[in-house]
Amino acid sequence: MKKLINDPDHVVRESLEGFAAAHPDLVRVSFDPTYVVRADGVPDGRVGVLSGGGSGHEPMHNGFVGRGMLDAACPGEVFTSPTPDQMLAATQAVDAGAGVLHLVKNYTGDVMNFEMAEEMGEGEGIDVRSVLIDDDVAVEDSTYTAGRRGVGGTVLIEKLCGAAADAGHTLDEIADLARACNDEVRSMGMALTSCTVPSAGEPTFDLGENEIEIGIGIHGEPGRDRIPLESADEIVERLMEPILSDLPFKEGDDVLLFVNGMGATPIMELYLCYRKALQLAEAHGLTVVRNLVGPYITSLEMAGLSITILRMNERRTALWDAPVHTPGLRWGR
Amino acid sequence: MSRDAEFVRQWIHAFADRIEENKALLTRLDSAIGDGDHGQNMVRGLRAARQSIEDDDIAGTLRKVAMSVISKTGGASGPLYGTFFLDAGRNASGETIDLSDWASMMRAGLEGVQRRGKAEAGEKTMVDALIPAIEALEDAASNDGNWPEALQDAASAAEEGMEATTPMVATKGRASYLGERSAGHQDPGATSTYHLFAAAVDANDAWQS
Repeated sequence: MKKLINDPDHVVRESLEGFAAAHPDLVRVSFDPTYVVRADGVPDGRVGVLSGGGSGHEPMHNGFVGRGMLDAACPGEVFTSPTPDQMLAATQAVDAGAGVLHLVKNYTGDVMNFEMAEEMGEGEGIDVRSVLIDDDVAVEDSTYTAGRRGVGGTVLIEKLCGAAADAGHTLDEIADLARACNDEVRSMGMALTSCTVPSAGEPTFDLGENEIEIGIGIHGEPGRDRIPLESADEIVERLMEPILSDLPFKEGDDVLLFVNGMGATPIMELYLCYRKALQLAEAHGLTVVRNLVGPYITSLEMAGLSITILRMNERRTALWDAPVHTPGLRWGR
Repeated sequence: MSRDAEFVRQWIHAFADRIEENKALLTRLDSAIGDGDHGQNMVRGLRAARQSIEDDDIAGTLRKVAMSVISKTGGASGPLYGTFFLDAGRNASGETIDLSDWASMMRAGLEGVQRRGKAEAGEKTMVDALIPAIEALEDAASNDGNWPEALQDAASAAEEGMEATTPMVATKGRASYLGERSAGHQDPGATSTYHLFAAAVDANDAWQS
């Protein structure tokens, strides 16, 4: 294992210490229990928006805490769900009297820990709503599995919900927005190489020199197919087809097209892939009204990409355009 | 014959010892069908649990163990084992317990696990080791069995339940994404659960001596 680390057991903590020191204007980091909150606090009467999950997907979620997106994030160990005491402390920290929305990616550990946190929060008299995000079309057989996984759609939903909270929407309205967006967002990813969890020390899965995994999960969960390496255009086609046919997206739809790097993918390659994804979306009759290209939900040093398409409307476009100022995403003022 | 809080403390220490000893095995089993963090997470949770133990009654001891496991383990194991200890402890009243009390505590723990994880028998999870172990305890309790034999029967039943997960196809948790490919691997959660019941045998030996 070749990594810029000191001790596998201290990776998350030491990284968070640096993160806190780099962005004191935007975030505050608390330890034991560990959580990140916006530096300027949640204004009275505004809904708090919180997410969390295993570390190793940076900038998600910590990097999206600030103004106009998440109010709090709970980082777990690498690829391991955070725990209910972290979530409860963060929930209490961002409850400004209007309740707190928990955005939860659909993984067994995350779901169970957030369920306990929701029960504990309500025990403390805080109005908590949880919305599950499960946009990964690579999981075909949801009946016999833990269901579709939460992937790229999470980033988009966190942005839209944060903007809705800033606009003064109620907890129920923001929860409805999150659910509606989750119903209309689809993603699929692929890996060129594996990643190595620091405490494991070995690559999570073995992929041959000329093999790629189509439909990979963000923790290296198996995908749909393992195939020989192809051209970027062919790979993008393989990801776009199941995304477009699943919802399905239809001619005339306005969409946001998100091409995400898995951690080790050069930005140059992401734009090369965005070019093809855009061509395919337009050939399908979609209008790409907004886009996002870059590494936003990563999987340590995995090389590869994921593509996410969210159906847009006027309200969602306005929420997307609203100012956001976080370590990981910023525009407007 | 009854058992007291000291027996429960010995049980938690013995479970923590066994998980430390088997960390590499649990990691290997979890890497095959999960994400390889079961050993590490359980070690972290149980280290915190054994440190939290003070001179408490049975219910209080299990409550502290549960809260440590819930806050330090992470993953799915934290809520599942945490709920197990929490619900088992809620069913313990008084300073001492007899075998039928122990069986009902374990039953309450199992019900908590199933409420939290929504798993049934045969889904390649810890429930597949829990159910036979608890049925063995209940059998012994209703037949006026003695502690050493009852705990040994429960551990053996858990071991058989653990081994029976090997051919199963997972439909819960991260292993479910492998579908048919999950068959042929022993479930790591059922494996740690076997050690939970084997630890009760260790604790009984220590308590009697």
